[in-house]
Amino acid sequence: MPERRGIAIVPAYREERAIGGVIAEIRDADLDLDVVVVDDGSSDGTAAAAHAAGAAVVRLPFNLGIGGAVQTGFKYALEHGYHLAVRLDGDGQHLPGELPKLIAPVLAGEADIVVGSRFAEGGDDYRPPLARRLGIGLFARIVSLLVRQRVTDTTSGFQALNRRGIRLFAADYPHDYPEVEATVMVVKHQLRLLEVPVRMREREHGRSSITALRSLYYVVKVLLALFVGLFRRYAVPLEER
Amino acid sequence: MTPLRISIAASVASVLLILVVLELIRSRRLRERYALLWLATGVVLLVLSAWRGGLNTIAGWVGVTGYPPAVLFAVATLFILVVLLHYSTVISRLSDQNSILAQRVALLEERVRPKGEAPD
Repeated sequence: MPERRGIAIVPAYREERAIGGVIAEIRDADLDLDVVVVDDGSSDGTAAAAHAAGAAVVRLPFNLGIGGAVQTGFKYALEHGYHLAVRLDGDGQHLPGELPKLIAPVLAGEADIVVGSRFAEGGDDYRPPLARRLGIGLFARIVSLLVRQRVTDTTSGFQALNRRGIRLFAADYPHDYPEVEATVMVVKHQLRLLEVPVRMREREHGRSSITALRSLYYVVKVLLALFVGLFRRYAVPLEER
Repeated sequence: MTPLRISIAASVASVLLILVVLELIRSRRLRERYALLWLATGVVLLVLSAWRGGLNTIAGWVGVTGYPPAVLFAVATLFILVVLLHYSTVISRLSDQNSILAQRVALLEERVRPKGEAPD
């Protein structure tokens, strides 16, 4: 069995105030995880704050959007030989205290990618606004059909992956609003997906990257991507050489 | 039948398009691979403009009975759409490559940055 070095990937865009706390919480969770913050071209002091908190910092020269930032983290994890990666958002909504629930199935070899769901049985009693709930429910239903497996939270960026998952996402990751497509991609590439119930925190600083104006684009873009994805050929990722 | 003056005017315009494209290639402001579609547009338009009988025949095929030069517009529009669509694919590829380069730069910067030094 390869060594089990783990890394926490934290994409951050203008999270100067929150990022230090997120990194400290990850350390406090005492899971022996390295931390890399991917600063998505922030104009504020996000990178400096992350560095001061002791994380490795990869600073993108300009804003790529969440998909490009997260993929940068996976590339970092791949190139530095990590066998376990977890992904948490830089705004502090993902609780590092919940990480063991995500990591355990990966380490046990039960899944290649584990997603923390707010809606799965036993998770949060989180109630987002109606419009968002409808959108999330719609995608959950469509994705569940596509992957022939019950998925309740397709928009969750709270994930843990093994080396196969890292390699897949380092090679290919959807662009803006990536999680829904990524979920389908994972299953089509014959990686094992598992959802576990988690709690999440209400946002402290900043807002969701999905504002009211963008939500229509979001829905249309993701539906188009899912539809076209049906006709795309998926390669099974290469095993470790 | 296509009026002669329309035929002449359209031919002149097509020749101008072809000349401009050739000049852009010559002065290296346009790469050959992107110029080919434009040249094809110019040549097809020139042929349809100058060959009046041909334009009439094609108009007949597609059911344009009243005014054969309308086919010229239709063909020109079609070619422009193809060129635009082609450009969309070019932009998509460029933006993908741009992302990959940005990620590469960021990862390399992290690598060469001395340990303990703050990112700028």
